[in-house]
Amino acid sequence: MTTWNKLTRAQIAELVTRDIPDAVYVNLGIGMPTLIAQYLPRDREIILHSENGIVGMTNAPAGGPQDPDIINAGKEFMGLMPGASITDHVTSFAMMRGGHIDLTVLGAFQVSRMGDLANWDTGDPNSIPAVGGAMDLAAGAKQVFVMMDHVDKKGAPKIVTQCTYPLTGMRVVDRIYSDVAIIDVPGDGRLIVRAMVEGMTLPELQGMTAAPLTGVDACQKIAA
Amino acid sequence: MLDKTVPSLAEAVSGVRDGARLLISGFGGSGIPTDLIRALLDQGAKDLTIVNNNAGNGPLGLSELIAAGRVRKVICSYARSANPANPSSAVFAEWYRAGKIELECVPQGTMADRMHAAGAGLGPFFTPTSYATPLAQGKETRVIDGVGYVLEDPLPGDFAFVKATQADRWGNLVYRYAQRNFGPVMCMAAKTAVAQVQEILPLGALAPDHVMTPGIFVQRVVECRNPQ
Repeated sequence: MTTWNKLTRAQIAELVTRDIPDAVYVNLGIGMPTLIAQYLPRDREIILHSENGIVGMTNAPAGGPQDPDIINAGKEFMGLMPGASITDHVTSFAMMRGGHIDLTVLGAFQVSRMGDLANWDTGDPNSIPAVGGAMDLAAGAKQVFVMMDHVDKKGAPKIVTQCTYPLTGMRVVDRIYSDVAIIDVPGDGRLIVRAMVEGMTLPELQGMTAAPLTGVDACQKIAA
Repeated sequence: MLDKTVPSLAEAVSGVRDGARLLISGFGGSGIPTDLIRALLDQGAKDLTIVNNNAGNGPLGLSELIAAGRVRKVICSYARSANPANPSSAVFAEWYRAGKIELECVPQGTMADRMHAAGAGLGPFFTPTSYATPLAQGKETRVIDGVGYVLEDPLPGDFAFVKATQADRWGNLVYRYAQRNFGPVMCMAAKTAVAQVQEILPLGALAPDHVMTPGIFVQRVVECRNPQ
């Protein structure tokens, strides 16, 4: 009998924000990670970068004017913090590829036990290949967090021994925040379970994961 | 006298030949030179290769050029519509699925730096982006100090169409907020860079340390007070 609940997207976003330290530059990938912008704590200065050249992006004030020249990677209207700067694409991607972004949070189709990331193409012959800035970010950010559902819509595990979808980057993921667990990916083949939703056991989590998990005594419980 | 201003959109896009490679600025709805693209529709050049971050941004501009059968190939980072409810590149998708248009999918930063290499007089360069992925297939790779790299070619343009807010007759450009995006690097990488701007100001009106694209990279400027 299932005695645990999955986290909502908002709850996962909140979990991620708890682990983002003060005074860092962060890039949020399109899709689920953009939610994080809504949960950033006010007592920390977390500076959001957008691939179209904005450093110091913030959510647009509700009901305020929408400026077509202040948008994020998902083409949503955004605002600027005091201290924001804007540059061109060459400089913006130098920030991403050159190791100047402290942390990026990306969505994923699959993550392998070695930290390989697949998040840009399902390999479906009918899909149109579209990569955007995902490969540059994966290659260059100092730390890569993945935020995703633990299994796909059909129930298949998204954490795998080897990715079957086309790769975005090899050995790039540092930590996974799923809707049931937080898992560290040190890059040596281990998947270290840092936290699970309340009521879930390691064998249950292993049953949803297609690569061997390593449990730790200090594994935390997440209230869902 | 150095005067790069031209009086009309038609003159701004004159000389684009069949088979030309055209760099078009813009990211999302910001910085797209829609008026220049629509003028090119009237100008008639065909068999074009278009370099743009996306493969269209709604029904106007690039989508019209594709629908008119004038584009042979699109080089871009993101050819899908991010929001299927409001598709940005529906025309491209239709032509692509029908096999009537080519696509070269390039990581966004690689695309920017391929143009930078072209504009800065550099040759091919190694980047870690796309190493061990399908986008590196057929390209030379090398492992240097334990890091895998992919060799990428410069990407010059015959023409660049960009949008800025202000210019002077020397071609100095100032962009508004994130309108800048690919504008500076595309001007640098093209033989003939054409800027549509909201207003052309007298020489000396732009603060020298606020100029974002120096006029040396720009060949034509056209004023377009009410851009589409």
